[in-house]
Amino acid sequence: MNDIESRAPALSLEGISQRFHTALALDDVSFSARAGTVHALLGENGAGKTTLMRVAFGLLAPQRGEVRLHGTVVRMTSPAFALASGIGMVQQHFSLVPAMTVAENVSLGSRGLFDPVTAAERVRVVSAKAGLVLDPHAVVRTLSVGAQQRCEIVKALSRNVQVLILDEPTAVLAPREATELLHWIRAFADAGNAVVLITHKLRDALAIADEVTVLRRGRSVMSTRARDTGESALTVAMFGEQSTNARTIDARTTPAPAIGAPDDVLTAVLSAVQVSLRDARGVTRVRDASLHVRAGEIVGLAAIEGAGQRELLRLLAGRLVADAGQLRQPTSIGFVPEDRHGDALILDAPLVENVALRDASMRRGRMPWHALRDATAAIIARFDVRAPSAAVAARTLSGGNQQKLVLGRELVPQPQALVVENPSRGLDFRATLAVHAALRSARDAGSAVLLYSSDLDEVLALADRVYAMHEGLVTEVARDRDVVGRAMLRGAST
Amino acid sequence: MTLARAASFRTSVVALCTLFGFAAGALVVLTVLLVATGHDASVALSALVRGAFGSWYAITSATFVRMVPLGLAGLAVAIAFRAGLLNIGAEGQLLIGAAAAAAAFALVGNSPPMLALPTIVCVGALAGGAWAAIAAWLRQRFGVLEVISTIMLNFVAKYLIGWLVRGPLQEPTRVNPQSTSLPAALHLPTLIPDTQLHFGFVLLAALAVALWWWLRSTAGGFRLRAVGANPSAAASAGRINVARTTLVAFVLSGAIAGLAGSVEYTGVTYALYDNFSPGYGYTAIAVALLAGLHPLGVLATALLFGALEAGANAMQRDAGVPSVVVSVVEATLILLVVAAQRWQSRSVTGAGGAA
Repeated sequence: MNDIESRAPALSLEGISQRFHTALALDDVSFSARAGTVHALLGENGAGKTTLMRVAFGLLAPQRGEVRLHGTVVRMTSPAFALASGIGMVQQHFSLVPAMTVAENVSLGSRGLFDPVTAAERVRVVSAKAGLVLDPHAVVRTLSVGAQQRCEIVKALSRNVQVLILDEPTAVLAPREATELLHWIRAFADAGNAVVLITHKLRDALAIADEVTVLRRGRSVMSTRARDTGESALTVAMFGEQSTNARTIDARTTPAPAIGAPDDVLTAVLSAVQVSLRDARGVTRVRDASLHVRAGEIVGLAAIEGAGQRELLRLLAGRLVADAGQLRQPTSIGFVPEDRHGDALILDAPLVENVALRDASMRRGRMPWHALRDATAAIIARFDVRAPSAAVAARTLSGGNQQKLVLGRELVPQPQALVVENPSRGLDFRATLAVHAALRSARDAGSAVLLYSSDLDEVLALADRVYAMHEGLVTEVARDRDVVGRAMLRGAST
Repeated sequence: MTLARAASFRTSVVALCTLFGFAAGALVVLTVLLVATGHDASVALSALVRGAFGSWYAITSATFVRMVPLGLAGLAVAIAFRAGLLNIGAEGQLLIGAAAAAAAFALVGNSPPMLALPTIVCVGALAGGAWAAIAAWLRQRFGVLEVISTIMLNFVAKYLIGWLVRGPLQEPTRVNPQSTSLPAALHLPTLIPDTQLHFGFVLLAALAVALWWWLRSTAGGFRLRAVGANPSAAASAGRINVARTTLVAFVLSGAIAGLAGSVEYTGVTYALYDNFSPGYGYTAIAVALLAGLHPLGVLATALLFGALEAGANAMQRDAGVPSVVVSVVEATLILLVVAAQRWQSRSVTGAGGAA
């Protein structure tokens, strides 16, 4: 392993650029995977990791750049071609048929006749050779997430791949399963194969990777041998330059800002004290979380995907009920969910009915349509929603105008508390500015605002105070990019 | 607001044109079928029109009388579909409504008619609601698709009646498989002398207007529409109790279908027997879909289907054309409506952009 860089790459991507509409998702990125090594691909949400590997697996044709296999330029036109060339990918969202058995799933996509006995035998051989425990006759629906993942891996291995791309493989696993998988990955690479590990977990990367590449906003900002770097350097690379003036503020050494100060918690408009929540599968999503938001402040929540922030926001917004702990909530709470189309709007209904949705559960008797039409017109004017009238369907508005309408609905009349989740997702620059201005003016008018954004810059730009969430645990941290980044990746207590 | 008025006027004009378009389409399909089966199309069609609209008697006693169960069951289907519930069980709910009405007659038939008649009609509605609640419970407790459960419950209802009219509800002489006939005092009042048009027609019109107003103007109606249009937005943005709203909509739908059954029993058949309903609950799905799930539109489409069914009888009688030909036309209409809606919704989403 000393001379990693002298090994010829099995797969290399050179100068890849990819543009979606106006956003540059990948900007001249180069990356290579060598036989016998694990190459970790790091970056925060939306940095371009998955996009890059979709190019490698033939799911996306790059607008610029080339893909090389053992030095030869190839046109990676489809996943089928990638598999035939020895490249396999296990995507974050599995592509298994739940009603079929493991053997049937593994055989999907191959040619010729299907014979259950041979198929099962093949699964047995491949999984035994790879050291993965898997029952060929089990129906996928009945398998645990870990076993489904093994099924995906065996599916790739049965095509004799030498390059295996794994997209956030440990995100869905319990800690013990994750450790086992990492061991397996290491062994698979040591047997002479190349592995690309997409992750945002620094510890996973450092534990098993030979090489590390960090993407930030579509650019490759760091590419090095794993043993030449450490968690701090990687955090800096993932979250940006500002932290190069590395003030060594840590969550532990920060003078505990307001946590547990009883006065603050008591006067807070919106607060949670040791709140816990388990999801339908019994997995704890929120663990003894405590946080509070006072009137007239924006409190930011920073977390990587799946840390439990989705559930925590809905608990505080009164859209979910906690299993344990106390919540203090005002009577009027505005909520702006991230999925505008799914959770915030009725696309085929006129704007006025979408505005009427707020507090629809509390109304009795007749709907005051006249007053609601006036209220909608007022929202359209005040929040600069570009719409011909209150009678047009929400579907006819652009994303930015839809979001301004949702914000307007939640802010008129002024709520005591406002919970917002990724409020500028998918919006252009001007619409984003308008959303930020609306949040600031809500704060200045005295609302308690809780903001979660997957974009750390947005959190830091708007928030007066910041909490970081990691695997269900919430900690208040200093409003510092480096500190927050570290806390959301590794938890503040370690 | 004037814009909104203009828009709603435009949509009603469009809806009316669509309706006439479908009626014309039905006529074309029917003509093709008649020619293909070797009948004289002009003779058959004139018999159909005469049977439906040819005389005062045809209009009041054939077309309007058939319009009542179709319209009531159509309202039941429309209200369920507006709430996002695919209630295919109007037929079963209608049958249970009629059966419960017959059972109620057996129990309270000796009370004063002023008391007994409303009781019999209302018991039918309640029973239809309870029958629908079974499907609602199966959906909420076990996630059983209501499309499946309501269809299955239709068969249960059908054979339950088969048993009732040979068992507990059979007429005292035990000769015919049917229930005791209602005495004249317990018949729904006739609206126009010397016709068969009964008070159910008024009930249908009043209920259509009431439902239209309720859906449009009240908080409960708005919640039902919101849950039907986007349940997760209704729950998240409106904080609406989706499970409760769904249950209410299901029971309301079943109760209206049950009312269709008890009104048919007290207004037309006066007894319960096998094949009590010639598939009114199924045709009602077409009635509701063709009306765009609009309660007032249901009045118009129920009139169309009522006329088709009345005319079909006359066609069979006068021109020797089997009345099932009209069933083919009705089924074709449903397919046309569904295809048109698919096409329309695809063009809308296409214009809305990828999202």
